[in-house]
Amino acid sequence: MHILVVEDDPTVRNFVAKGLKEAGHLVELTDNGKDGLFMAVSEKFDLIILDRMLPGGIDGVRLLETIRAQNNATPVLLLSALADVDDRVQGLKAGGDDYVTKPFAFSELLARVEALGRRGRTETAPQTKLELADLEIDLLSRTVRRAGRKIDLQPREFRLLEYLTRHAGQVVTRTMLLEGVWDYHFDPQTNVIDVHVSRLRQKVDKPFDTPLIHTIRNAGYMLRAE
Amino acid sequence: MAEGFTQVQPRRSPWRAWRSASLRFSLAYGMLFALSSVLFMSFMWWGTIGFLERQVETAINADARALAERWVMGGLPTLALTIEDRLEQNLDDDAIYMVIDPQGNYLTGNVSAWPGRVQYTDRWYTLPDTRAGLRGMAELHAYRLPGTAQTHTAGQLDSGYRLLVGRDVRSRGVLRHLLTDSLLWAWVMVSLLAVSGAVLVHGIFRRMVKTVARTTSAIAHGDLSRRMPLVGNGDEMDQVAEAINEMLDRIVRLMDGVRQVSNSIAHDLRTPIARARTQLEDAALHATTPDELRGAIERAVGNLDNVTAVFEALLRIAQIEAGARRSAFMTFDLVPVLLDVADLYEAVAEEHEIALALDLPAHLSFYGDRSLVQQAVANMLDNAIKFSPPGGTVFLRAQIREISPGRITGPTGEGMLDLSVSDEGIGMTEADMARATERFFRAEKARNTPGAGLGLSMVRAIVQLHGGRMHLSAHNPGLTVSLALPIAACALTSREEDFPSDAHISGMTQTSPFPHQHDMNSSVK
Repeated sequence: MHILVVEDDPTVRNFVAKGLKEAGHLVELTDNGKDGLFMAVSEKFDLIILDRMLPGGIDGVRLLETIRAQNNATPVLLLSALADVDDRVQGLKAGGDDYVTKPFAFSELLARVEALGRRGRTETAPQTKLELADLEIDLLSRTVRRAGRKIDLQPREFRLLEYLTRHAGQVVTRTMLLEGVWDYHFDPQTNVIDVHVSRLRQKVDKPFDTPLIHTIRNAGYMLRAE
Repeated sequence: MAEGFTQVQPRRSPWRAWRSASLRFSLAYGMLFALSSVLFMSFMWWGTIGFLERQVETAINADARALAERWVMGGLPTLALTIEDRLEQNLDDDAIYMVIDPQGNYLTGNVSAWPGRVQYTDRWYTLPDTRAGLRGMAELHAYRLPGTAQTHTAGQLDSGYRLLVGRDVRSRGVLRHLLTDSLLWAWVMVSLLAVSGAVLVHGIFRRMVKTVARTTSAIAHGDLSRRMPLVGNGDEMDQVAEAINEMLDRIVRLMDGVRQVSNSIAHDLRTPIARARTQLEDAALHATTPDELRGAIERAVGNLDNVTAVFEALLRIAQIEAGARRSAFMTFDLVPVLLDVADLYEAVAEEHEIALALDLPAHLSFYGDRSLVQQAVANMLDNAIKFSPPGGTVFLRAQIREISPGRITGPTGEGMLDLSVSDEGIGMTEADMARATERFFRAEKARNTPGAGLGLSMVRAIVQLHGGRMHLSAHNPGLTVSLALPIAACALTSREEDFPSDAHISGMTQTSPFPHQHDMNSSVK
């Protein structure tokens, strides 16, 4: 992916750039809002990682509102030290697609970058069926089959599996699951997500030979066919 | 040198006093008062004097008409007789009559000579007269008696029999003086009253403002113990003082909160930071293999992540306590929210071989912040599961508290929602319960379980934002955390729509939504 990183803190900027390059992305960097805006409108990016508080008169939200006003639909991930719920809402209202608060683990940022990049590419017709290897999810009848056998899932387990399948091949962090499946925006302290994922594994993976749900160390989970 | 000194001294401008709002206000009031009394008294003066003048003129005209009739009836003798009669009957001795013949000779009357200035019959004369040795003023009018030839232009008195009728108006002058004097004095008194009233108002106003200013400036200089004095009669002054005192109490509470948080940060965040630092330094000095180094760094990052989590929780608690999040309040059904959180933790409970028992009604309309309530319940369940032994049961209960007539419930008598989580774990001592909501407090027995000691502080902050109370009690074995939350009147109304047959509920909806709404906002401390 071609990614623009607008971030004034050199430590964070270089850290993000290094990690993204290692993950195989093409990264361009700038440290102020003015240049960021110029680059965002003059080049085509797959994703913009944008710090909220920037020097040079144009802060992140201004930049975002400006490019959205020009019908530029490039996915934008806001990066901010403002962890307030209200700040988050404000950032998303301005046109942000995701919001990561500082300090963050790079694995969290990368997972969200991948998810947004995917969304940018395939957000078209609504799907009625999701498939991965021998796993079939019917979104209309809300039934799950694997290798032709029906798997009974609780509503919440179904949504968890659906979320994992939609992000198949990508790392999904615990926070992403908590936000995407439960719509909770706070840290539940204990490993509630791990417990739910292990329950889902009991039903989806255990009766079969090959596992689909994989644990990614220090990051989260990934659904993939070997 | 001396000149320089005088220049440095702040000059007391003569206009300084005018900058006082109270003085301007009271002076304007006094001036308005004085002006309106001047207007009022002038009106009275003109009215009275005018009335007296008109009365004299009417009397003279009536006299003249009657005398003219007499003249027509019986000529001069009858007229003379009538005039004498009238003079005799005139007790006030203020009437003036005179009749002269065409040659100007005196015929009858109490005036010896025709006043030279009286030349016309169409106007009034006010002339000085001297009668009985006293000088006075007389209002006079001349008439031409009928039956005499009119030789000249109308109104001129040069021929025929002429009649002079008048009244001595000395008493009217005296009355006018008296009236003028008394009105003037009255005005002076009124003005004095107005001025002293203005000064009084100015004084009261200034005293009030000065008390407020003195207290607030003392507080601005750091003396937070100062309060506005209350008179106790509940007047506007007292209301202002009470409002300011309430505000100060809240400021003090917030300041205490800040102080407590900074103390906690000093004590409790240093530990993980110090640990991370030690790990990193130790690794830098002693690590021999890359794996050892990586392991040490990962542990340090984990410690720092904990610090971040604690920071975020602290900030969130502070934000909730500041009451800044009431914008997200809305009416919603609490039951699905509770089921949701229970669903999230049920899996965790099962993993620990703990049963999660729910006791919830079918619907529970509630007015509040959905995500905060979620978080409060999540914290309570998290705690309960953490401290429960395997095989235990955690109970989540929610119900509307029964309202019996006469029993005081909420601040305005609205329904209260009881929400409680009980566990069968290690419980808490009485002393620990009292301290449980302090930030970073961890009971002695709980030291070994993971956590930062912020869960119940967060719950309490959320409950207080909703105007409710949190209460800890023993569950034998274990602990019950119960929340008493007021249900907003609007939530009750919507609940009534759901269950119109429920007499108990409809009884509660009688409370007006408006005072309650007010109370929701003010009761949050």
